[in-house]
Amino acid sequence: MSYNERFDKRKFDQTRPIEAKAGVIKNADGSAWFKIGKTEAFAAVYGPRDLYPKFMQNPSTGILRCNYNMMPFSGSGDRVRPGQNRRAKEISMVTEKALLPVLDLTEFPNAVVDVFIELPQTDAGSRCAGICAAAIALADAGLPMKDLVSAIAVGRIGDQVLVDLSYEEEAFEDDPVADIPIAVLNNSKQISLLQMDGEVPKEMLIKAIKLGIDASKQIHDAQIKALKDKYSGDSQ
Amino acid sequence: MNEDNRTHLLNSLKQGIRADGRSPEEYRDVTIETDVVANAEGSARVRIGDTEVIAGVKMAIETPYPDTPDQGNFMVNVELLPMSNPEFESGPPSIDAIELARVTDRGIRESKAIDTKRLCIEEGKHAWGVIVDICPINAAGNLFDAASIAALAALKNTKLPETDKIDDRLIVNYKKKTDESLPLTKLPIAITINKIEGFLLVDPTSAEEKAVDTRLTVASMDNGELCALQKGGNGPFTVEEIEQMIDLGISTAAEIRKKL
Amino acid sequence: MGEITVEDKAVAVPGELLAKGMDCIPSYGTYREGENVYSSRLGLVNVSGKVIKIIPLTGVYNPKRGDTIIGRVIDVLVSGWRVELNSAYSGMLSLKDGTSEFVARGADLTKYYNLGDYIMVSVSNVTSQKLVDLSMRGPGLRKLSGGQILKVNPNKVPRVIGKHGSMVSMIKNATNSKILVGQNGLIWLNAEPKDEVIARNAINMIAENSHISGLTEKVKSFLEEVTGKKVEIVERPENEGNDDNGENSHDNSHGNNHGERNYDRPRRNFDRNSDRPGNRNR
Repeated sequence: MSYNERFDKRKFDQTRPIEAKAGVIKNADGSAWFKIGKTEAFAAVYGPRDLYPKFMQNPSTGILRCNYNMMPFSGSGDRVRPGQNRRAKEISMVTEKALLPVLDLTEFPNAVVDVFIELPQTDAGSRCAGICAAAIALADAGLPMKDLVSAIAVGRIGDQVLVDLSYEEEAFEDDPVADIPIAVLNNSKQISLLQMDGEVPKEMLIKAIKLGIDASKQIHDAQIKALKDKYSGDSQ
Repeated sequence: MNEDNRTHLLNSLKQGIRADGRSPEEYRDVTIETDVVANAEGSARVRIGDTEVIAGVKMAIETPYPDTPDQGNFMVNVELLPMSNPEFESGPPSIDAIELARVTDRGIRESKAIDTKRLCIEEGKHAWGVIVDICPINAAGNLFDAASIAALAALKNTKLPETDKIDDRLIVNYKKKTDESLPLTKLPIAITINKIEGFLLVDPTSAEEKAVDTRLTVASMDNGELCALQKGGNGPFTVEEIEQMIDLGISTAAEIRKKL
Repeated sequence: MGEITVEDKAVAVPGELLAKGMDCIPSYGTYREGENVYSSRLGLVNVSGKVIKIIPLTGVYNPKRGDTIIGRVIDVLVSGWRVELNSAYSGMLSLKDGTSEFVARGADLTKYYNLGDYIMVSVSNVTSQKLVDLSMRGPGLRKLSGGQILKVNPNKVPRVIGKHGSMVSMIKNATNSKILVGQNGLIWLNAEPKDEVIARNAINMIAENSHISGLTEKVKSFLEEVTGKKVEIVERPENEGNDDNGENSHDNSHGNNHGERNYDRPRRNFDRNSDRPGNRNR
C-alpha cells in the first residue's frame, strides 16, 4: 500500500495552516506566537542582559541561551511533568544552534540573550514551531540578525516525500517513515537544523530537504507578515 | 522602590489616585476565554490588564489513597515561567510559585467545590485525578487573582475524557471527550487585597506589588462565605483592617464571578 | 546602475533585500552580500542619496558616550557608586565625577546617592568591553527626588522628546509636569497625581504609536480632551532651569544617532580604567 493521499487532504508540499504574531508578551524585549496546524509556540526574548553565573560570560561576544518547554497540559496524552527533561534539553540546544548562524552578538560582550520557548498546545513539529517563533521574537527584540530562520519538518512515507508531517503521519505504520526537522536560512538556503528519525535512502533525503526548502517560504512569509503587521498603519 | 518614590506613591494614594489613574478599589479590564488548549480536558485564558495566564486541566486515572478509598484527587500547580517576567528564573519552583499554587489550590479545595467522592470510579481501585496547571504568559501584577480565576474557569470548562477497560485496567482515551463536566458545585474565587501603609488596593500592577507591605488573600464562595485565607508580605495588620479586607475581597469576587 | 528595492520609511525585517548594485552604500543596520544590500535589523528604511540604513524600532539600550540617561544606584563602593542603566551593562560613577564637593576619605557616600536612588547622569566613556563610566558634571545632571519612573523602549525616546523637544514640552505644559527623559528609555515624571496620570498616559500613547505619522497632533487632541484646555505645540522648549532636555532632544529628535555617532568625536582624556576599584563587582 502506498501513501497517495494525506490524511488531512493536503498536497505533499503543503504545510498545515500557519498563523503568527509578533510582540505578544509585553514584559519581554521581543516576543512572538507561532501556530502551525494544532501546534502552538510562544517565544520571549530577554536581553541582551547581565549573565550569571559569571564563568559563563564570554568577553568577546554575547551568548544565546534557548530554553524549550512544553506546558504541562500541552500534550495529547498524559500530563507532561514540569521541569526540564532530557528531550527538552536537547531541543533547547539544537534550537540554539539553528538560530546562531544568523545572529551577531559581538556588540554585547559578556551579556546573554535569553530565548524562552513555551508550547501551550502540541501536535507534530513542535521544535520547528519553537524555532519559527524564536526567530520572530529575536527580530522583534531588535537584535542584529542577518536573516530570519524558518524551520519545518520534512519526511517520507513509503515512496512519497512530504513536508510538515502531522502526528498521524509520524505514526504511520504500514510503510517506512522518516521525520526530518530542518531549519532554513532564507537568503542562502543553508540548513542550520537537521535531525532525522527513521529510515530513508540518501537520494530521498536530499529530495525531501529540497522540498522543505521550497515549503519554508510559506513559513518565511508568515514570519515577515507578523513583524510588519506589528507596525502596520502609517510609518512616520 | 526607593523611599522618595514610595512617598510620592503615598501622596497620590491619599487623593485616591493610582499611577495608572485607577482608584484603589478599581480593577483593570478582565477577560476570560475558555477552551483555548485543545489537548487539555479543560482550559482558560484570563487577562487582567497586561497580565495574561493560561490554565489547563489534565485528568488522569489514579489509585485512590488508602485513607480515602472512595475519593478522587485534586491539585493546582503554578509554573512561574521565565518567559512571562524578567524576574522569574528557570529551575525548580520558587517559594513564590509554591505559595501561589497552594493558595489557589486551598481556595478551591476547602470550598469543596469539587465533589471528590464523585471523582471515584471504583472504590479503592480507580478514581479521577484532576490537575490544574497555571502558566503565566505575561506576568504584570496580580497573579494571585489571575491564577484563581483561570483555575476555576478551566475546571468549569472541563469535560471528562472517555475511558477504555483493558483486562482489569482502566485507561484514559485522551482523544475522545465525553460531554460530562466535572462535579463542580460552587464557584470559589480568591481575591488578594494589598495594603500599602494605611491604603488597601485590589489588583496591583507589578510596580505596586513592590510597594506592598502586607496582603490578604480572601477566598469566598457564591454565597459570600469565606473558604480560605492567606496573609502574606512582611507587615502586620489590625483587626479592623482584616475586616475591611475581607469585605473588599468578597465584593470584588462577586463582581468577577459574573464574568464566568 | 543600482536599484533600491524598498520604499523609504518602510518597515524592513532581518534578511530583507534593500538594494541591488554596487553603488548603494550600506550603512547602520544593513550589510552587503555580493551585489545586494540586506537589512540586519528590524526597523525603518532610511534612504538618503545612495546611503541606505535601518533606524531600529526596538532593542535594549546599549550605552554610548555622550548619552544623558537615568540610572538607579545599585551599590555603594569605597570610591563611587555602581549604577544600573536599563541595559545589559551597569555603569560606574566615581567619587570625583559624582560630586564637586570635597569628600573626606572614608566618608559615608550614601548621603550623596543612596541605594535605590534614581539619578540623571551622562555617559562619559564606554570601553570595547562595555565598562561604562558615568559623570554628574553637566547641566541638569542630579539626583531625582520624588516622582515616578516610567519605562519606554529606548528607540521611542526621540518620539517622546519630539522635534526640538516639542512633544515633551507640550505634555509638560498641558499637565504642569516635570519630565526628564533619559536616552536609555527611563523617564522621570513628577506632578500632581491627576496631572501625572494624564502625562503618563500621553507618554504611553507615544511609545505605543511611535511609528505612526501625525502623532503630535494625536497627542495634542488627547491632551486637550482630557485637560479641557487648549494645548500649544511649541518647537523650542522653555528653559526651566532644571530642565536639560532641550539640549538632548536636539541631538535626538531625528532619531538617527543609533550607532557610531560618538566615535567620531575627539577623544577626551577619559581613560581612568586603572583607578576603578570594584569595577566589575556587581
